Amino acid sequence: MWEYSEKVKEHFFNPRNAGNLQEANAVGEVGSLSCGDALKLMLKVNPETEVIEDAKFQTFGCGSAIASSSALTELVIGKTIDEARKLTNQDIADFLDGLPPEKMHCSVMGQEALTAAVAAWKGEELDDDDHEEGALICKCFAVDEGMIERAIRTNKLTNLEMVTFYTKAGGGCNSCREPLEEMLADVNKAMVEEGILDASEAYVFGAAPAPKKEKKVQGFVIPDQPPMPAPTAPAQPSAPVQIEMPGALTPAAAAPAVAAPVAEAPAAPAAAPSGMSAAKEAILVAKIIEEMRPVFKADGGDVELVDMEGSMVLVHLTGACSGCQLASQTLGGLGQKITQALGRPVRVMPVAMR
Amino acid sequence: MDPVYLDNNATTRVYPEVVDAMLPYFSEQFGNASSIHAFGAEVGGALRSARRSLQSLIGAEFDHEIIFTSGGTESNNTAIRSALASMPGRNEVITSSVEHPAILALCDWLEKHEDVVVHRIPVDKQGRLDIEAYREALSDKVAVVSFMWANNETGTIFPVDGLAELAHEHGALFHTDAVQAVGKVPMDLKSTEIDMLSMSSHKLHGPKGLGALYVRRGTRFRPLIRGGHQERGRRGGTENAPAIVGLGQAAQMAAATMAEDMARIEALRDRLEKGLVQAIGHCFVTGDPHDRLPNTSTIAFEYIEGEAILLKLNQAGIAASSGSACTSGSLEPSHVLRAMDIPFTAAHGAIRFSLSRETTDAEVDRVLEVMPEIIEKLREMSPFWTNEGAAPEGFNPAYA
Repeated sequence: MWEYSEKVKEHFFNPRNAGNLQEANAVGEVGSLSCGDALKLMLKVNPETEVIEDAKFQTFGCGSAIASSSALTELVIGKTIDEARKLTNQDIADFLDGLPPEKMHCSVMGQEALTAAVAAWKGEELDDDDHEEGALICKCFAVDEGMIERAIRTNKLTNLEMVTFYTKAGGGCNSCREPLEEMLADVNKAMVEEGILDASEAYVFGAAPAPKKEKKVQGFVIPDQPPMPAPTAPAQPSAPVQIEMPGALTPAAAAPAVAAPVAEAPAAPAAAPSGMSAAKEAILVAKIIEEMRPVFKADGGDVELVDMEGSMVLVHLTGACSGCQLASQTLGGLGQKITQALGRPVRVMPVAMR
Repeated sequence: MDPVYLDNNATTRVYPEVVDAMLPYFSEQFGNASSIHAFGAEVGGALRSARRSLQSLIGAEFDHEIIFTSGGTESNNTAIRSALASMPGRNEVITSSVEHPAILALCDWLEKHEDVVVHRIPVDKQGRLDIEAYREALSDKVAVVSFMWANNETGTIFPVDGLAELAHEHGALFHTDAVQAVGKVPMDLKSTEIDMLSMSSHKLHGPKGLGALYVRRGTRFRPLIRGGHQERGRRGGTENAPAIVGLGQAAQMAAATMAEDMARIEALRDRLEKGLVQAIGHCFVTGDPHDRLPNTSTIAFEYIEGEAILLKLNQAGIAASSGSACTSGSLEPSHVLRAMDIPFTAAHGAIRFSLSRETTDAEVDRVLEVMPEIIEKLREMSPFWTNEGAAPEGFNPAYA
């Protein structure tokens, strides 16, 4: 069963303004029986002031559709037509203390009915709207097939990272990775057949390179690995600081240390240049974070160093990485890398930017 | 008010007797059945006896024709994949359009990624299989035919005995997903031509996480899960002894009183259906009226949406389920009702009541008492409804 907020339940079980409004002078009807969702919004508008004096709804739909309709009428009563037309579906969802991602379309339906009613009042024609369509692919951000396909086609996207950038799909838990890959491959293939994309650019399912071995054995969780420059590739060939740490940062040398279980890593014999100054440590940490940024970027986010306090390395996460559960695992990997380089245990903590 | 549980096709309550039978196998007789010592031997004996109880319930000729699995879904996956792997030169599967996702999602995958040709046989408005279409799809390219014994949504029963014989005329294996049928329908597999049958423990008051696959002796078999020599090398992994013992107990109880239980359940179900259809207009019972599970009733209520009905029922302490799109996370209503060509006006408002041996007269009374008002209230709110009744033509959407 869905997890509905108390407010959604309240508006479903005790809907406000349900029924027919005889004196309605602006009506918006959206949805259909076949969609499983339909809403008739009836407004009584004062012709002098354009204030919406009363509103009622009739809805065919699930619990959240009825609750969204009820919320919509509460939101518009007392507003002028021009104030009301600024309402978005997010306002409806917020009024209800949020809706499950699969149910956001209910709030969209509310907003569409309002748009239709306002257009009826103004005597305007309606444009065709972007309707959500197809299966819901990314549940974290409620992105459906239709939206992903449009983004791929309009922007000629040919890699997964860009799909996430444009649609947010896959930027959360990433469990939709494979369907996303399939969609990208299918849409690209269709675009090639239609002659709007060169075959050499098209994404081919399974084209993503396998995760780098040395990363994997180091205990990194690499949530998303788009066909992108390998995250381990040194970010800057001309490293600004050379510290005499025999190869601790190069993948080749990192590999032997890897065999040791994570907890023993700080004791790794080679990696403990004692008495490194705080400044040198900071430079080294900044360099490691710089090298790791592509991994975070691949997830649609970014990371930057904020400060170091004792054994704490404070970083700031942005974009899809903030609030992402996988980010904490990736941070664990970062901490492990820094621990090895400094020769002392550190923890990486995400902090809010001040 | 006691809660009313009418969602037994989703899962059933584990019988107290089943729990009692299982308990010693957690911390007393906890041995591994594969072990040579006394701890193992005790468990081995219990597993044998459970296997025989299930053998008797489904009428298998030999107890070793039963392979314990993690559930109906694993059994289905195992059966289809085993057949495809062990039937050289045959890469086609025949199934129906109303199977459970445990078959359909697998077939979609096989079709898309493993070059398997899948024939999905349609059904008529009562959910009955199009036998002619089935005959036409059969050929010597078909590795396996898989038809469910009874449909989980409508209860419609397929004539699996005859369907199996047709499959054999073309040398194909026949599998049936009998998850909803085992324990409700008398079975005697040894007198049929069914090669494989899937079942699940938690649909007949056994524990969850356990199922079985019947594989007729002499049928070629390739394990899905390889590992140790458990289940005669056909399914690796230490046996889930407590659950298997529980299923054995549940199977015994189902077999002991099946005939009288099912007659009583059917009478209750019929009373529920008649009462609802009489009290509420614009609704109808789906499925094959002449050949249906005795416990299942899916009623389609027009011009309202199923999830809203379920939420209101839940508020009244009644648990049922729906084929509505809104409860499944997709935008499409039940694939079963759509395959049956049930109009959208009704498919979205379909509610399934599924009874069990534990269902009482009082529970049915309670549904009959609250349902008319729930439907009326929701219809009052529907734009396809006026005081005079249904009015779908009065609605002209700007966006649809």
